Amino acid sequence: MTEFGFDTLQIHAGARPDPATGARQTPIYQTTAYVFRDADHAAALFNLQEVGYIYSRLTNPTIAVLQERVATLEGGAGAVCCSSGHAAQIMALFPLMTPGDNVVVSTRLYGGSITQFSHTIKRFGWSAAFVDFDDIDAVKAAADENTKAIFCESISNPGGYLTDIPAVAAVADELGIPLIVDNTLASPYLCKPIEMGATLVVHSLTKYLTGNGTVTGGVVVDSGNFDWSASDKFPSLSQPEPAYHGLKFHETFGNLAFTFHGIAIGLRDLGMTLNPQAAHYTLMGIETLSLRMQRHVENAEKVAAWLEADPRVDYVTYAGLPSSPYAARKAALYPKGAGALFTFAVKGGYEACVKLVDSVEIFSHVANLGDTRSLIIHSASTTHRQLTLEQQEAAGAGPSVVRLSIGIENVDDLIRDLDQALATATA
Amino acid sequence: MTYSDTYLRQILTESKTIAAVGVSTNPIRPSYFVARYLNLKKYRVLPVNPVYVGQQLFGEAFTPAMAALPQDLKVHMVDIFRRPDQVMPVVVDAIELLLPRGLKTIWMQIGVINEEAAALARAAGLNVVMDRCPKIEHQRLFGELRKGGFNTGIISSKL
Repeated sequence: MTEFGFDTLQIHAGARPDPATGARQTPIYQTTAYVFRDADHAAALFNLQEVGYIYSRLTNPTIAVLQERVATLEGGAGAVCCSSGHAAQIMALFPLMTPGDNVVVSTRLYGGSITQFSHTIKRFGWSAAFVDFDDIDAVKAAADENTKAIFCESISNPGGYLTDIPAVAAVADELGIPLIVDNTLASPYLCKPIEMGATLVVHSLTKYLTGNGTVTGGVVVDSGNFDWSASDKFPSLSQPEPAYHGLKFHETFGNLAFTFHGIAIGLRDLGMTLNPQAAHYTLMGIETLSLRMQRHVENAEKVAAWLEADPRVDYVTYAGLPSSPYAARKAALYPKGAGALFTFAVKGGYEACVKLVDSVEIFSHVANLGDTRSLIIHSASTTHRQLTLEQQEAAGAGPSVVRLSIGIENVDDLIRDLDQALATATA
Repeated sequence: MTYSDTYLRQILTESKTIAAVGVSTNPIRPSYFVARYLNLKKYRVLPVNPVYVGQQLFGEAFTPAMAALPQDLKVHMVDIFRRPDQVMPVVVDAIELLLPRGLKTIWMQIGVINEEAAALARAAGLNVVMDRCPKIEHQRLFGELRKGGFNTGIISSKL
């Protein structure tokens, strides 16, 4: 197989000319259902003996292009898109977990994910053990016989932290369970978790992949590398599936099993489907991913360095700064950059933070990240609001820090905006 | 084991008639899936399995062994659904009986690897594919996996 460069794949992967019309750009297939050639064809599709289109809750030609695009960029075997990054996390866990099972997760996660893992998944009978992922022995010690996965973010929200993915993957291997990495903040341009040993990668497509703050979406990419039948831990994939007449997914579909399961069981029964319009926006975004990420990182490095040198600022957490405790990890595992999301502490604490957020003119005060526009938010009172103070501090989202998502504008304009806002906030 | 797309595409294009050794009639077994798919794609699939003699699969009668296949039939590929340690006699039979009748390829399914049998087949001038599924490779190379969001590895600006 020819090896293509990232810049070629982000434009071409999955997107051959449309087979029906020759359209060069991927058309938006806005249809609910698809006509069967005959009864035999319909039967083969419903029995999973042929891959094709039945109904857009399951598969859709526009979304299929996006799925193949992301799977290719991540170096996976296949991918399933869904309606949001949060949906992707449930879609990733769903084939692995049964009631009574648990997942070992990093304390350094997006606040919404901490809430999803500490409260919402309990309603499925699942639970999560939160661990500091810099303590690899603790990650291992937190697992028991009912642990079915390890979960972390590559570059973690609200920034400043990079997970040592190879070290965590080694623990997952030893335990015979998959490592799931949320790669939203890095995008496959900055980090390829599968190359570092992850089994599954999830994304909020909403962020850098779409890149312009237009749509929400999620995706689960399977590496195709995990042997689901090596133990009896993953019966949904290795044992007969009653809803398909006793078919065993792993035995039947080999390294495509997880993706087939995501479509045939996950999307079919959970129904958290992406819509083709959203897939279209995300496909447009991915075409320029590498260019945007380069500029995001370049701008973030400059803004972080400027803030660090400013006397009105207490500290900056950006892992791309030479002063970061994760500088060595960045050089080894994230050489193209530490992303464009980080926090900084304003001298003057909570009050100064709130005033700063109210004083910016170019930065937008929104609960989002990974937009072309620069964004600002006070995490403790918004994205990480549902957490305890202790959880906020562990996640790096304490009350005295402000989170920046650095966009691709002119960096001097961004610095000027922060300068005037800091002047107001600390006056 | 890696096989180039060109190699696999050529095998799947040239083979018209395939002996499926060890294929099951159980509709949820992977071997049935493969045979059913190949049949849907207009390959002639000849089922070989002593367990099902007297039965048919997609209009073709089961034979107990390759020796019982009709003598005037050309067979281009033998697809083996057997444990690795049971592959050798199948390959020996295939070379002896089918090489004069158009045999070009020995294909072993996912999880089936037998280097010794593969070497014997190669020495007889045959293509050998191990640890792969012709259904999945056909779906990947001829567009069908595009519909499911799988990484086909195919980059092309052609229709």
